[in-house]
Amino acid sequence: MRLEQYLVLKGNIPTRAYICLGCLSFTVLLAVWCVLTYGGLIPSLFLPSPSEVAVQFYRMLTELNLVGDILASIYRVSAGFLLASLIGVPLGLLMGSFKLAEGLIEPVVGFVRYMPASAFIPLLILWIGIGDLQKIAVIFIGTFFQQVLMVRDVAKNVSHDLIDTSYTLGANQRAAFLKVVLPAALPGIMDTLRITLGWAWTYLIVAELVGASSGLGYMIMEAQRFLRTAGIIVGILVIGLLGLLTDTLFKALYHRMFPWLEGRAQ
Amino acid sequence: MAALPIKHLHDLEPRLHPVKLEAKLRIHNVSKVFEQKNQRVTALEDTHFDVREGEFVTILGPSGCGKSTLLKIIAGLTEPSSGYVMLNNRRISGPGADRGMVFQAYTLFPWLTVEENIGFGLKLKGLSKAQRQEIVQHYLDLIGLSGFGSMYPNNLSGGMQQRVAIARALANDPDVLLMDEPFGALDAQTRTVMQELLLQVWETSHKTILFVTHDIDEAIFMGDRVYVMTARPGRLKAEIPIPIPRPREFSVKTTGEFMELKAEILELIREESWKAANEIRDGEFA
Repeated sequence: MRLEQYLVLKGNIPTRAYICLGCLSFTVLLAVWCVLTYGGLIPSLFLPSPSEVAVQFYRMLTELNLVGDILASIYRVSAGFLLASLIGVPLGLLMGSFKLAEGLIEPVVGFVRYMPASAFIPLLILWIGIGDLQKIAVIFIGTFFQQVLMVRDVAKNVSHDLIDTSYTLGANQRAAFLKVVLPAALPGIMDTLRITLGWAWTYLIVAELVGASSGLGYMIMEAQRFLRTAGIIVGILVIGLLGLLTDTLFKALYHRMFPWLEGRAQ
Repeated sequence: MAALPIKHLHDLEPRLHPVKLEAKLRIHNVSKVFEQKNQRVTALEDTHFDVREGEFVTILGPSGCGKSTLLKIIAGLTEPSSGYVMLNNRRISGPGADRGMVFQAYTLFPWLTVEENIGFGLKLKGLSKAQRQEIVQHYLDLIGLSGFGSMYPNNLSGGMQQRVAIARALANDPDVLLMDEPFGALDAQTRTVMQELLLQVWETSHKTILFVTHDIDEAIFMGDRVYVMTARPGRLKAEIPIPIPRPREFSVKTTGEFMELKAEILELIREESWKAANEIRDGEFA
């Protein structure tokens, strides 16, 4: 392939080239990091070198119970996110399908979602302390209201022609909901879950930074307190890797669940 | 601009068929008025006609003449403002499997395979897997897509998708098949092939079909009778019987008889187009 072909507006490039480009940008990032630190351009207190971070990572794994912090965070995110999804997705589907439900719920949800979840943290500490439950509550508030509205839009966008078609094939309302609205909305619901899971992580870290005795946010806070900058970087990288991992899992699940989405573009 | 000499045929009594007792489908004085803000738009005015068992009736009209509304009312998807629809001498209320429908838009369920799409209504009826399999296979053969049963709609061309949509509607064995410009989104070549295919399917199944289109050739080629519709308000203007013998093949479209019918209908439609153009110029619908 000649260079011009790589520069076609909205053009396609080979998959292998695409992957190589991704590796290249990671390499460049790493190289810049190496130059800045090993070259002595930035003192280690502000930006530790890759090897210092690696050593710190090993120390934290063996001595500082990094795994325990990771597990504590994963537990909180999973619990808060699952709780929000279990209520948010059905509620959103109802709102998108019945004006009655939308009229009832939309005003409240639309109002609350503009209140930042992190602003609830002091209140939640006052109410339920700084235990797991409080973190779960912050995540719930941060994701639930967004999920409801996003799923509502997904359900609303289900083609009316498809629903009408099912009626002419003998479906009643119940069948139309279960056999048309639900499967048609499922990819959009999965997208919503994938996006809001990322937000759940953000809210968790914020909650753990403010008041916690375990978890990745707490670990980052502790590292800062003792000026272990490498520890902060380890924390951030671990969160990033966890995010990448869940995203990859979601993508794989998506391909498995919706083989029908693949095929030629319409 | 001076008004052109237009004969306002719509003022005359429409040449409607005398009401027959053996009507399979009867559309009785159906009208539809849409309320938009503080405006009332009459989409369909006093429409009255019958379709007999096994007949292929086409409704020809310009876009926005209310022909889709009419079909949706017959399907039970839209309530008429007045009048009613009778199927087998029973008044319909709401949609049902006895009136199958094929839409212009692609309406296959994309998450179901071709087979599952065709079997959708059968499954709702509670047929066993084996029973469904047999019927689905029959219709797959009928539309010439035997090898495509396990494919998803996303992998099919537009023409193939509409064939499956027809098979899906037929598999349900409806009393009437309603078709709302089913080939409207297809290119001219595919459309021609699909017309012949549908006629073949109809000639073997002898379903009662009500077929809406804005394509004059299609209306004549397919129908036993053509109803020409006027726009704004939508209304049946004339009924034209098509005496071309069956089975019809594509070649009839170039015969003198076909051309004469086409000329007659074109004249009717031209009046309508002029009327609409004049009305817009007068600012009535601005």
